[in-house]
Amino acid sequence: MQPVLEAKQITKVFRSPDEIQVLKGISFSVDKGEFVSIQGKSGCGKSTLLYILSTMDTDYTGELFIDNQLVTGQDHTHLAHIRNEKIGFVFQFHYLLPEFSVIENVMLPAKKLARKSLQEIEHDAYEKLKLLGIQDQALKLSTQLSGGQKQRVAIARALINQPSIIMGDEPTGNLDSRNADLVFSIFRELATSFQMSLLIVTHDDDFARKTDRIINMGDGQIIY
Amino acid sequence: MSFRLIFQIAKAHLLTRKKQSIIAAMGVMFGIGTYIIMMSFMNGLNGLLDNLILNRTPHIHLYNEIKPNENQALLIDPAYKGQQIMIHSVKPKNVQLNIHNALPLMQHLMRLPEVKGVTPQVKAQSFYLGGATQLTGLLMGVDILKEQALYDIDQYIVQGSVIDLSRTANGILLGAGVAQKLALQVGDFVQISTKTGDILNLKIVGLYQSGMAEIDNVQSYVNIQLAQRILNVSEDFISDINVKLFDMQKAPALAKRMAAQYHITATDIQTANAQFETGSSIRTMISYAVSITLLIVAGFGIYNILNMLIFEKMNDIAILKAVGFSGKDVKYIFISQAMLIGFVGGIIGLLLGFSVSVIIDNTPFETAALPTIKTFPIVYRPIYYIIGVSFSLIATFFAGYFPSRKAEKMDPVDIIRGQ
Repeated sequence: MQPVLEAKQITKVFRSPDEIQVLKGISFSVDKGEFVSIQGKSGCGKSTLLYILSTMDTDYTGELFIDNQLVTGQDHTHLAHIRNEKIGFVFQFHYLLPEFSVIENVMLPAKKLARKSLQEIEHDAYEKLKLLGIQDQALKLSTQLSGGQKQRVAIARALINQPSIIMGDEPTGNLDSRNADLVFSIFRELATSFQMSLLIVTHDDDFARKTDRIINMGDGQIIY
Repeated sequence: MSFRLIFQIAKAHLLTRKKQSIIAAMGVMFGIGTYIIMMSFMNGLNGLLDNLILNRTPHIHLYNEIKPNENQALLIDPAYKGQQIMIHSVKPKNVQLNIHNALPLMQHLMRLPEVKGVTPQVKAQSFYLGGATQLTGLLMGVDILKEQALYDIDQYIVQGSVIDLSRTANGILLGAGVAQKLALQVGDFVQISTKTGDILNLKIVGLYQSGMAEIDNVQSYVNIQLAQRILNVSEDFISDINVKLFDMQKAPALAKRMAAQYHITATDIQTANAQFETGSSIRTMISYAVSITLLIVAGFGIYNILNMLIFEKMNDIAILKAVGFSGKDVKYIFISQAMLIGFVGGIIGLLLGFSVSVIIDNTPFETAALPTIKTFPIVYRPIYYIIGVSFSLIATFFAGYFPSRKAEKMDPVDIIRGQ
C-alpha cells in the first residue's frame, strides 16, 4: 500500500536560547486509511514534528513526502498550496475566523483552491456540516457556537478539499469527554468509511488506545 | 489566485472593525479634502493676483526709451582706441517719443504667428483741474475695443462701459482715485490741462479702478485720437505698442528679437514682473508643501491602524496560512484593506473638497482693490481631484505595504504554539 505521508530522518534543532536538538532523525509513514496517533510527554517534540509534517515549519533537515512527492525544500507559495489541497488541519483551539459565518469558514479553503464553482463548494460545505451534524448552525457566526460545535466546524473545514491526510494537534484537548468521544467517532468514521488518513497528536490515552497505531515519542525520538 | 476571495476577507475584516475603519478612512478623507480645498483656493487666489498684474500687462511692451547714446563719438574714434576715456555729463539723446513707422510695424507684428494681438497706445501727460487744484495725470490714448478684446479692461471699469468710451470722441474713463479727489461722477465733465497749456473739457463716461491706488490716482483712458490731439501730433504718432502673445513664455525670446529687428526697446512681461513671478511660485510651493504634509499625516494614520489591525488579526493570519493561504495572499489581504480605506476615504475626500470649495466659492469677499470680485476665488481643476485620488491610493498602498509584509513573513507556527 502506498504511504500517504512519509518522513525520513527528520531532525530539528532549536537554536535559541540554547542549541537543543528537539527531533533526532524521525522516520515513519502513514498509509491510506490509517488512523495514527502520536503520544508523548510535554516537550518531547510531538507538536514540533506535526508542524513540520504539516509543512508549516520548514526549518528542519531530512525529507518529507506527501502523496509520494517530495515536499522538503519547496517554496512557501507551493507549500501553502500543498496545505490547501492535501492537508486538513485541526487544532486544539478551533481557530475559526470570527468575522465569518460557519459555512463561510468551511468554504474558505475550497474557495482558495478554486477548483469548483461557488455553488459546488457551498453544496460540499453543507454536506460536510451534515456529516458532522451541525448543518443547522451553518449561518451563525462562528463565535456563537459552543466549543464542541466549533471543533466540528473546524473538522468540516479540514475536510472540504478532500485532503490526503488530516492532522490534528490535540483536537480533543479542550473538549469535555462527551464531545471528545464525538470527535473521535467522527475521525474513526472518516478513516473506515472514507479511507482517509489521520495523524493526531494527543495526550489522551483513551483516545490513543482506540486508534489503529500509536507512535510513542520521547526525547525527540520514536520509542515504539 | 482569486482576488475576489482576498477582497472578501479584506472587506470582512474592515466591516467587523467598523469604528477603526471609519477613523482610518476619515484620516484619508480629511487629507484629500484639505488638499483639494488648499489647491483650489490657493490657486484661485494666485489666479486672482495673476489677473491683477499679468493679465493687464502686455506680454511685450515696445517703446522708445530715453537714454544716453552708448556709442559716444570719442569711444568709436580710432584715434583714441585702447585709451582710457572719461566723458563727463553725458546727456540723453533727443529721441522721438513716437515709434518710428508705427502703423506698418503693427501690421507686421500682427502677421507673426506667435502674436495674438497688438494694441497701440499714446501716453499724454496732463493735469486734471479741479478749481485751483491741479492733479498730475496720465491720459492713455487707446483703441478701447481692442484693449477690451485683449486685456478685458472692462473688469476694471466700475461704472460705465468700454462701449460708452468708443462712442464718445471726447469721453474719458476717469481713474477712480481722481474722481474721488475731484468729487466727480459719471456724466460730469472733467477739465484737463495739456502740457502745452490748452484746457479741454472731457465727458466722464465711466470710472476706471485697477485696484492699485497709485494707478487709479493718475491714470485715465481716452480714445487714441483724442490723445493725439492733446499732444498735437498726427494720427500715425504712437508712443507704445503692446503685444499680446498666445504663449506668455515665449515673450523674453521674442522681445529680444523685436528689439534687435526694429531698433526699439522691448520689455517682456517676465522681466517687468520678475518679483511677481517669484511670489506666485512660492505661494504654489507653500500650498504643495502643506498639502503633501497633510497627505503624509493621513498616510501615517493608516499605517498605524493597519499595524494594530494586523496585531489583532494574528490568529486569523495563522489560520489562513494553516488552511493553505500563502504569505502573498495574506499580504494582498492587508494591502487591499489599506487601499479600500484609501479609495473610500479618497472618494469621500473628493466630495468634501468639492463641497467646501463650492461653499468658499460662494462666500462673499469684497475689497476695494478688486472691484469685480464678489466672492472668494476658487478654481475647479480636474487635475487636483485626480492627484488627490491617486495620492490617496499610493499613500495607502505604502501605509498598508509595510505592515502587510510583516503579516506575510509571520510564521503561523509561532502564533499557534504561542497559545
